[in-house]
Amino acid sequence: MGGNYLIELKNLKKHFRVSGGKGEGRHVRAVDGVSLSIREGETLGLVGESGCGKTTLGRTAIRLYDPTAGAILYRGEDITRAKIKPYRRKLQIIFQDPSASLNPRMTVGEIVGEAIDIHGLAPNKAARAERIADLLDQVGLNGEQANRYPHEFSGGQQQRIGIARALAVEPEFIVCDEPISALDVSIQSQIVNMLEDMQASHRLTYLFIAHDISIVRYISSRIGVMYLGKLVELSPRDEIYKMPVHPYTRTLFSAVPIPDPAKSRAMSRVILEGDIPSPINPPSGCRFHTRCPYMTDRCRDEEPELAERSPGHWAACHLSA
Amino acid sequence: MNVDSGEAGPLLSVTDLKVSFFTPAGEVKAVNGISYDLRRGEVLGIVGESGSGKSVEAYSIMGLLQSPGRVIGGSISLGGENVLEYGRRQIRNMRGNRVSMIFQNPMTSLNPVYTIGDQIREALTAHSRVSRGDADRRAMDMLDLVGINNPEKRLRQYPHELSGGMRQRVMIALALICEPDLLIADEPTTALDVTIQAQILALMESIRKERDMAIIFITHNLGVVADICTRVAVMYAGHIVESGPVNDIFYAPRHPYTLGLLRSIPRVDDESRERLIPIDGTPVDMLNPPPGCPFAPRCHECMNICLRAYPPATAFADGHAANCWMFDRDVFDREMAEREMPDL
Repeated sequence: MGGNYLIELKNLKKHFRVSGGKGEGRHVRAVDGVSLSIREGETLGLVGESGCGKTTLGRTAIRLYDPTAGAILYRGEDITRAKIKPYRRKLQIIFQDPSASLNPRMTVGEIVGEAIDIHGLAPNKAARAERIADLLDQVGLNGEQANRYPHEFSGGQQQRIGIARALAVEPEFIVCDEPISALDVSIQSQIVNMLEDMQASHRLTYLFIAHDISIVRYISSRIGVMYLGKLVELSPRDEIYKMPVHPYTRTLFSAVPIPDPAKSRAMSRVILEGDIPSPINPPSGCRFHTRCPYMTDRCRDEEPELAERSPGHWAACHLSA
Repeated sequence: MNVDSGEAGPLLSVTDLKVSFFTPAGEVKAVNGISYDLRRGEVLGIVGESGSGKSVEAYSIMGLLQSPGRVIGGSISLGGENVLEYGRRQIRNMRGNRVSMIFQNPMTSLNPVYTIGDQIREALTAHSRVSRGDADRRAMDMLDLVGINNPEKRLRQYPHELSGGMRQRVMIALALICEPDLLIADEPTTALDVTIQAQILALMESIRKERDMAIIFITHNLGVVADICTRVAVMYAGHIVESGPVNDIFYAPRHPYTLGLLRSIPRVDDESRERLIPIDGTPVDMLNPPPGCPFAPRCHECMNICLRAYPPATAFADGHAANCWMFDRDVFDREMAEREMPDL
């Protein structure tokens, strides 16, 4: 632990060019200048509404997308433009929809084995088979299931296969992109517990992306909140829930229903007006000003910087500065 | 909360409803004998995982079941009439008029080639004789009620020109334009962000109060249920395994499945970070459900009888009931005695 950063993102930007249709030639500013450092062994949770750029940030952080601007550091080393293959082993991802992220024409053994082959991690066939069986065993499946195809498994089991594939290359950093949101409620906690066990036994670092704030609060040591391509708040998990600084964070957290009738009904919800603006043409100044109940002239004109409010607690808001 | 006035019976009464899908692979008993009553002003939450039968049940009230699905038993009584005996005309007259439904994905339930105005007007003219001017006025009032600004402009817009939250508001406006007695909402907020979800839930609650309408709210999100429902029915593999007032379900759950669900989800207001307690195993294969209680293979309390016979309902106070053999005193005692035998 300590101050060792495994991954550092410096003013990272990812813009997508719009082709065809109304916005032809313009850019979707999906991630628009995010700086973030992730400590070795921690779980950094990332929340925000759909379209806020959290998935793009996760994918860009491990170079599944090439950044438009900014830098990515892995153990202090700039990998923004580096040849990615040697680092791919260290940087992995688990996707949201397990059935869409497994090739239906490959057996489970082939899916998990492919990564082992690409990185030359097994000296011979027997070692390879043993490694695959061991990985499947680790995720709660059994070695005999290696000859089966993805469609023969339930959603929860498919996600286990996705996890086995990510673990096959002995990674250090895994982006978990909505890993449980496609699963049934009764299965979600099985997968969450497994991710936690894997983290402990393999010394993994997670970037955990989800729109379900309850699960992010549960699994994360720190939580970042994104809005329209920007990180608006970053703080230790309990502090951000109890003392959110940014009005957007407050709104977001207060909107989460609690499975406790008395408590849920007694909560004072901040109900936001309107919808999230377009990331093609984000509002001037603070991007949240169009929906913020505390908006001032300054918010319209000047973009607030992410500043440290108390040790480890960062927020980008003029009002509370 | 719900004062039983006694003046009239329940608005909706479902009795021993059975729905099966006759697939090439065999019969799937999607809904396997469920019963409940619903009164005006009540919000019934139907909770269950995918495949539990919660949506199929709602579709059969609306007469929207598609082949190979068929109601094979029971009755659905709406204001004293059995909906299942309705002819085509009567069903058309009921749909959108006395009972309305909103769906999970507003984009696929709105017609992309008609304007919002066309679609709301169609719902109105299908059930009453109104002039175009009157229809427009009522449509605008309705859009205003569901919190859509600039309704005059919206009437001329197409679904793709609106955001997801706004489309769901249009769906609600469409569903409510004929002032139904019952609104069935099938995962209405699942596709929406939490901030928009909070808007929609607040809207549904205010309309329910204003109109004394009944709502069936189908969801897998227990937080949403705690927030909006007055009563809850928990479904598993085509059965209602537990039902009762919302407080009883959350504070004194009886069925091991309900308990398991509540224990397995993290709460945003919980600091403890205690390890989650999952429900083991996988959901039931509905083509080959186990005999007896379908939850038995995943149940920590499973007894011998659970593997053989489906348990009857045991009633507790205030209309709270659960189907579990644990609450049959005789059976439970006998099982416990058998269990101790080998030790002797």
